[in-house]
Amino acid sequence: MTAKQLAKKIQSQFKTITSDAIEFRGEFTVGILDSNQISEVCCFAKEELAFDYLVDLCTIDNDDETPRWTVVYHMYSYKHFQHLRLKVSVSEEESKLPSVTSVWRTANWHEREAFDMMGIEFIGHPDLRRILMWEGYPYYPLRKDFPLAGKSSEMPDVAFTDPIPLEGGPFVTTSGGQDSADREPRSRTPE
Amino acid sequence: MAEVRNIEISDSAVRSAEAIDELQDLQGEKMTLNMGPSHPATHGVLRLSLELDGEIITKADPEIGYLHRGDEKIAENMTYNQFIPYTDRLDYLAPLANNVAYALAVEKLLGVEGELPERCKYIRVICCELARISAHLLGLGAFAMDVGALTVFLHTFNEREKIYNLIEALTGARFTTTYTRIGGLSRDLPEGWTGELGKFTKEVSVAIEEADKLLTRNKIFIDRTKGVGVISRDEAIDFGLTGPNLRGSNIEYDLRKAHPYLVYDQLDFDIPYGEVGDCYDRYLIRMEEMRQSVRILDQCITKLPNGPVNIDDGKIVLPKKQKVLSSMEELIHQFMLVTQGQNAPVGEVYFGAENPKGELGFYIFSKGGGVPYRMKIRAPSFVNLSILSHMLPGHMMSDIVAILGSLDFVMGECDR
Repeated sequence: MTAKQLAKKIQSQFKTITSDAIEFRGEFTVGILDSNQISEVCCFAKEELAFDYLVDLCTIDNDDETPRWTVVYHMYSYKHFQHLRLKVSVSEEESKLPSVTSVWRTANWHEREAFDMMGIEFIGHPDLRRILMWEGYPYYPLRKDFPLAGKSSEMPDVAFTDPIPLEGGPFVTTSGGQDSADREPRSRTPE
Repeated sequence: MAEVRNIEISDSAVRSAEAIDELQDLQGEKMTLNMGPSHPATHGVLRLSLELDGEIITKADPEIGYLHRGDEKIAENMTYNQFIPYTDRLDYLAPLANNVAYALAVEKLLGVEGELPERCKYIRVICCELARISAHLLGLGAFAMDVGALTVFLHTFNEREKIYNLIEALTGARFTTTYTRIGGLSRDLPEGWTGELGKFTKEVSVAIEEADKLLTRNKIFIDRTKGVGVISRDEAIDFGLTGPNLRGSNIEYDLRKAHPYLVYDQLDFDIPYGEVGDCYDRYLIRMEEMRQSVRILDQCITKLPNGPVNIDDGKIVLPKKQKVLSSMEELIHQFMLVTQGQNAPVGEVYFGAENPKGELGFYIFSKGGGVPYRMKIRAPSFVNLSILSHMLPGHMMSDIVAILGSLDFVMGECDR
């Protein structure tokens, strides 16, 4: 079965909550309109269409657009040797959707990462806590409103959390309306 | 309010019978043991919080993130070519393979992967396979060392040194290769390099057989690995394992065969796969994969065509310096590429490549322009490690090193 046919099957099963499959570079993406039913869709895809391998789960921050979050599921079938992508939108007010850990156990860490990096909650996840950042870290670093340089956080147990990576480095250009001699620390005369 | 109890234990020899009675309820408790983040068997900065009942593990909780650098965030803030050096630092044991996988993902987004010259494809295959041999040699050496066979490590590092010399001649750097560019390579092969490579493939074959003699029928090694860390077929799929760890569990799936990229469909090689899914099977697979990689390298050397290594398109690959200095159009191309990057279409692609550790995938969500709006790195080590909390309980404490060694992960890639 081709990816197109598999996408059709999902659409005919969930007529009211799916949008048409989009093809780009030979990959098919099916949009799911109701985020609350994502685990049913995934369960159907696994049980009936043999999508037994969840390749990846990731999130996109749409910044000022609504709905703010998109959650992307990459599925693969070892039976049909086909990929299929599901995309579901989640509003900023809600910021949560059902977990798919009961469908694929590999989703456990992917969902923890999505929670850690974007702050989206997965309902029914057995162990939803931060995975890459430390427990108690107050921000969600992959959000578009989080600056690249980082933010300081008041954590008594952590040595320092100042946005150090770009600050005062030897080859870092400081922003501002100065001319290049001032902006480029390399051209400063050493004290 | 909680009751505070002071237990004084000054010296065990003079401990009164009373105190021993008092401590009775503390005996037989489960013990929490912290392993890592800096422990030689955790191959980097993996930390395991273990709960032990005697020597048996009852609960294991892997803690990752000690090497988190925010690569995905960084990628959103730079052009596609600028991110290539960061891919070196994902799986830092096989930087060339990461370079190739990333370049292919972006080329898929741009829709130019069909325009790649044949020579470029062959050189990229050589890069991938050299990286695979190098990564497996290290994985194997470290695995054997962890379970007590130090000699193999010295043999494999000898061979890795030769690979690094080859890579240095090829890219100018030993570790941080940054060899590919979007639409091609940073440079062609240096003169006489394929001859050196041919010499190396002969030498490494001997070394692989030597390691094989030291380990495959080694009683101690077999005792430590056989029947340990068994991953069933269903578990492997359910936990999304890839690479040798998946194939160890009796699944014949390799992206190079299932979805051939570059010129893998024109090359002759076999995919080894295991039967039981224990540490020993995963070891045997890595061993055989190295032999197959040598086969691929030998074929590439004989088949390597002449010609250009870059796509002939000024909007994707930097033009020649000579042309930039003498022609207006090339000057504009150079300027646009350096300041804006390749103008990618609106769309999203996922590309997964068969890296030494498993499927390294890049999901690029583009809103057009030279910068990805969102880039997700699907790191094989991250997914492969997620099975630990399921698989470690029930094993002996000393099996951990064997299991970790056989899973062969890299934290740079896991934490990104």
